[in-house]
Amino acid sequence: MTRALTLHLGLIALLFALQFALPAYHHGNLARIMVMATFAMGYNIMFGYTGLLSLGHAMFFAAGMYGMGLAVTQLGMPVGPAFLMGIAAAFALSLIVGLLALRTIGVAFMIVTLMFSQTLFLTILYFGVITRGDEGFGIKQASRQIMGLDLSDPTIRYFAAWLLFSIVLMGTLWLVRSPLGRVLIAIRENEERAKMLGYDTWRAKLSAVLMSGTVSGAAGAAYGVLFGYVGASFAQVPYSIFPLLWVLLGGAGTVIGPLIGALFMFYLIDLSSGVTDAYMLVVGVALVLLTLFAPKGMMGMVRERWLKWLP
Amino acid sequence: MEFGPHLMLAMLEGLVQASVLTLTALGLSLVFGVMRVVNVAHGEFFMLGAVLAWWVTTMLGGNPAIGFVVALVVAPLLVGLMAAAADWLVLRRVEYDPERTIVATIGLLYIIQQVTLMTYGPDAHPVTPPFNTRLALPWYEFTDQGFQVYWPWGLSITSYKLFVIAAAIVTCLGLWLLMARSKIGLILRATQLDSETAQAFGIPVERVFALVFGMGAALAALGAVLVVPIQQAHYLMGGDPLLLSFIVVIIGGLGSFRGTVVAAVLIGMSDGVISVFFTPTLAKMLATLLVAMVLVYRPQGLFGAKPA
Amino acid sequence: MAKKTFPTRRKILTGMAAVGAASALPDVTRFAHAGSHSAPIKIGFQVHRTGIGAAYGRWYERTTMAATKVINDAGGINGRPVEIVAEDDGTDPKRGAEVLEKFANQHGCDIAYGTLFSHVVIGSAPRAAELKMPYFVVSEGHHVASGMLNRYTLQPGITDVKSQVQAMAPFVASNLGKKVTMIFPDFAFGHNHRDFFSAAIEAQGGEVVAKLAIPPTETSFTKYFPQIPRETEVIYHVMVGPSVLTFVKEMGEFFGPSAPQIFGFIDSLEAVDFATPGLEFLEGTHFWEGMPRYAQADQTDYDKFYRAQVGVDNNGASLDDPKDISTYSHMFACWETLYVIKQGMEAAGYTGPQDRTKLIEAVEAITDMPESNEHPQGAKLFNGKTHQVFGPQHISKVEGGKLVVQHTTSLEDGFYPDEVDYTTQSF
Repeated sequence: MTRALTLHLGLIALLFALQFALPAYHHGNLARIMVMATFAMGYNIMFGYTGLLSLGHAMFFAAGMYGMGLAVTQLGMPVGPAFLMGIAAAFALSLIVGLLALRTIGVAFMIVTLMFSQTLFLTILYFGVITRGDEGFGIKQASRQIMGLDLSDPTIRYFAAWLLFSIVLMGTLWLVRSPLGRVLIAIRENEERAKMLGYDTWRAKLSAVLMSGTVSGAAGAAYGVLFGYVGASFAQVPYSIFPLLWVLLGGAGTVIGPLIGALFMFYLIDLSSGVTDAYMLVVGVALVLLTLFAPKGMMGMVRERWLKWLP
Repeated sequence: MEFGPHLMLAMLEGLVQASVLTLTALGLSLVFGVMRVVNVAHGEFFMLGAVLAWWVTTMLGGNPAIGFVVALVVAPLLVGLMAAAADWLVLRRVEYDPERTIVATIGLLYIIQQVTLMTYGPDAHPVTPPFNTRLALPWYEFTDQGFQVYWPWGLSITSYKLFVIAAAIVTCLGLWLLMARSKIGLILRATQLDSETAQAFGIPVERVFALVFGMGAALAALGAVLVVPIQQAHYLMGGDPLLLSFIVVIIGGLGSFRGTVVAAVLIGMSDGVISVFFTPTLAKMLATLLVAMVLVYRPQGLFGAKPA
Repeated sequence: MAKKTFPTRRKILTGMAAVGAASALPDVTRFAHAGSHSAPIKIGFQVHRTGIGAAYGRWYERTTMAATKVINDAGGINGRPVEIVAEDDGTDPKRGAEVLEKFANQHGCDIAYGTLFSHVVIGSAPRAAELKMPYFVVSEGHHVASGMLNRYTLQPGITDVKSQVQAMAPFVASNLGKKVTMIFPDFAFGHNHRDFFSAAIEAQGGEVVAKLAIPPTETSFTKYFPQIPRETEVIYHVMVGPSVLTFVKEMGEFFGPSAPQIFGFIDSLEAVDFATPGLEFLEGTHFWEGMPRYAQADQTDYDKFYRAQVGVDNNGASLDDPKDISTYSHMFACWETLYVIKQGMEAAGYTGPQDRTKLIEAVEAITDMPESNEHPQGAKLFNGKTHQVFGPQHISKVEGGKLVVQHTTSLEDGFYPDEVDYTTQSF
């Protein structure tokens, strides 16, 4: 019990400390990676713990992002309340998607989520007058303030990202040890059996979708606030694939896997693109090799070999 | 344009799209049905077919018809071999585990795209159709003088587009005969039903899987060779066929040949027909949402059996 | 996997890489001879090497490398060589912003430059301001002059869409027809065309009778053409992306022998060969061109010089491969922007990042840019308040499969009231 808690609090402390140690470029990268890792942790709740493979998570990220951004540009709200609007938008979308998509399972579930996400992307384009279509819009630097703190300042941005990441990380840790979390894992392992044991699996799955979608939306809203840009490209298919990749690489169904996966992918692309134009080739080869030699992802492998207690 | 001719034009265009989609989706359905894996790189095999068709026709030069016929044979063959090799080298080693296969095929997708970008380049290149005559089409109306035939402005199709439709129908029939009547078809169907029992009866399941994976990719490539004289070969062209094929395979019901064909025609046509009634982006939105809702209320697809 | 051999293309690619590497490395000997041992001026080049913008990015890169070589051969900027630090942004706004950070914090670049696609510009511009790094974009969008960006973002090389479109309307209305159907992509770039052209044609006494907004993911177009009203006198088309050739071909097949007048932005056929089968119907139709792709009868020496340096023949194709068509109407702006950067740095006495704001002020002070080897597309006027340049536009007609310039607009045709004054914003 305490080992896991120590590990995760230690990780949070390490990320806090890195703020003072990292050079500017990597400092900025890590802030971004923590936001994207939050997105991946949201994805992990549904995919890693509940076994629901969604191919449309970009819609939740985008719902949070546009919920926040439009609240600023259309309603003139300050970014603090607008951030909450983003979360509310993602929660509402998760509820609708959950109620409809959970009628399906397996591959049909993948396609339904994919199609819903694509519909949201087209909707953003269709209402281009408000959303500025694919171009998107910036959130002015001057308005990115919460309680007098300038969120475009690198240090404050880093702490804001760190705070969001830490809350979601500890929340996930709490979730997987809670009774609800155990039901979710039971559903992943064998839904029929969980149902026969008397659990309301449908309700558990719906709450997984709600948590997953809302956390992903919070990441999207945070990205818009911290980096000052809201755009339709975040609602497109690649941004549904990325969290899946990060989670699978880092280790599905591990609490820190999403961070490891996002970190690994970012630096794989960043470093290889400095060396060669063919960085996507490097990424492709790395993915194939990982599936061949580390099928459970990096943290999954660590858990299997060394740390059996890793949540 | 008036409503009648407009609808007819949209349906003809839809039919051309549906023809290509049918072949691509049948390829995916075959892989899906027999091997039970999701091949995310399927769209890239489609793209490779188009790029190879450009390559073959450019290398041969001369009469476009000769180049096209050669491409029709060579491109699917090469793509099929590549896919079989990928199966043997990668998918077989991850034991066709569903999740690992997804990641591995995403990796393949990146590799294929990047290699194509580095060799073929970022431009879209056209392939000259072997023949391409514009055929104006007639329409009718009832006036004071009674029934009359006239030629509406813009209502037309090209001979090549008609050929694409015909070629798709012939290929489908051939494939159906192969599956239903030949020994290979029997082996494939047995493997699809129960691969473990098939293995127990001496069917070399591993080799069957490689064959199926290759055949699936070859079908996608064939669809691409047919479409590339209409739409150019481009290294990012694989995304759309992948999405649409997926939808078709699920709506048609897993592993159902008839379902896949019917769903491909329905979905290929619906895009065109819905565009008659709405502005383009709204039409795309509604078509996408429609697919999602069909699945929500009929998750087993139109032709799949209800789950027990 | 897909091992294919394209001897000519591969040769070009390796050649390109060699040229790129050669010009990216500061030529120590040359500058040593010039008596200067100072470090190079580093220009971070955000380039679309992958993704949807790759066809443009490749030519943007070639033009950039050619201009850099000419600048360095002539002694560099302030006696220092120019080094281009190119990074792929995948034509993605998120990666674009990351690349800017990399320029500023990792490579130690002096400025950033080069982006085309407007969503990448809009996604990256906030970071440029936060990093306090001048960001010279080459993107054609109205987003700079509209005031939605910031003081660090400038567009001194290419006229924005609003101005281009406004300059076209008088010619369209008086020579082609007054009832226009517009076909454009359904995103911001297309909406710029829709809004600004509608207003401009109405000012000429014409009207837009239908607007066909095509979803960006579309690959087949015939099904939309019946929405073109029969009364249409002129089709106005502007499409972008890999499906443009399909679009133009299907338009020809749809109309057959009874097409209305057709006026297109060359974007619909940028990097596409006019000799492609299926494009014969374009004979006699008109196109907007930023810079004439085919060398004209009255070709200037400047155009001749620029063509030779970039490696483009008289048909707008690569000297190494006549089938490899350039993005001639846009890429000149890379060349010109680099010269504006040079001019600005020299006027500001730029020595390092501490002089960045001086550089911006120096560029804001630029007004006239006379036609020259530095500005081969034509004489331009820069508006320091809106950070936007205004240049001449060309209307060409397809004659014998080549584009022949019919009319060149004056700078005044493209002027519109300022929408922003960036010089009043603090740094």
